[in-house]
Amino acid sequence: MTTQSTEVQVQRNEQTRDLPVLSPATDIHETEKEIVVVADLPGVRQEHVEVTLENRVLTIGARSTVEEPAGKELVYREFGPAEYRRSFTLTEEVDRNAISARIKNGVLRLTLPKAAEAQPRRIEVLAEG
Amino acid sequence: MLYPMTRFDWTLDPFRELHRLQRDINRLFAGWNPPVDQFPALNLWSSPDEVVLTAEIPGVDPKDVDVSVIGNVVTLEGERKEDASIPAESFHRRERENGKFMRSVRLPYEVEADKVQARCENGVLRVTLPRKESTKPRRIAIHAE
Repeated sequence: MTTQSTEVQVQRNEQTRDLPVLSPATDIHETEKEIVVVADLPGVRQEHVEVTLENRVLTIGARSTVEEPAGKELVYREFGPAEYRRSFTLTEEVDRNAISARIKNGVLRLTLPKAAEAQPRRIEVLAEG
Repeated sequence: MLYPMTRFDWTLDPFRELHRLQRDINRLFAGWNPPVDQFPALNLWSSPDEVVLTAEIPGVDPKDVDVSVIGNVVTLEGERKEDASIPAESFHRRERENGKFMRSVRLPYEVEADKVQARCENGVLRVTLPRKESTKPRRIAIHAE
């Protein structure tokens, strides 16, 4: 008798973790060539950030891991381990291959260069006559 | 008990005390309460020998933070600087606040100001404040007669 082993695909869904899900404070600004998304992700290490762009939906997912002192009594708490999750719908077409993301001092900075066809073009005005 | 204090003028907001009460009650039921109205958010741990304070300061250059200790009060002061290269009209969304901040915490005992250590990692500041030797409880031996 053979037993067929079926591989169970476990989808990694971070929301199943028992952590509060926070929406990070985010700044978004646009220049002629790119859209820049800046999000506060305190306590998040580089390896715990996931940025995806699907169709036009940009999703930032992250998990904060802050080492907390052991053997001491917690007397006051305003923050703790958390998940950060937020999605934005982009209105402009971006160049998917040139997206860059970097994290520094707990701030994620995403640079999304606009696709060539979405960049403003200067139209030369010719005088007639 | 530890009493976080703030310099900002709380008298301007008559509901502030109510919000604080609500927050305190919420905290009784939940582990912690994410929306904090003050920057930076703080956590405190204590043991008989030292106090550890952590603060969320994303986007603040560690050079722009000042930790000072006077007696049993520790003060965090600093500034989150704005990226001046971005013209204001190009913002789609602006939620991250910039500017100066300050928060003070009264500790249960005086700390050794020279031995305070602070380090910053991934936008979280961690300050270790060892207890002053002279304030540590002394064990008194009881002699039986």
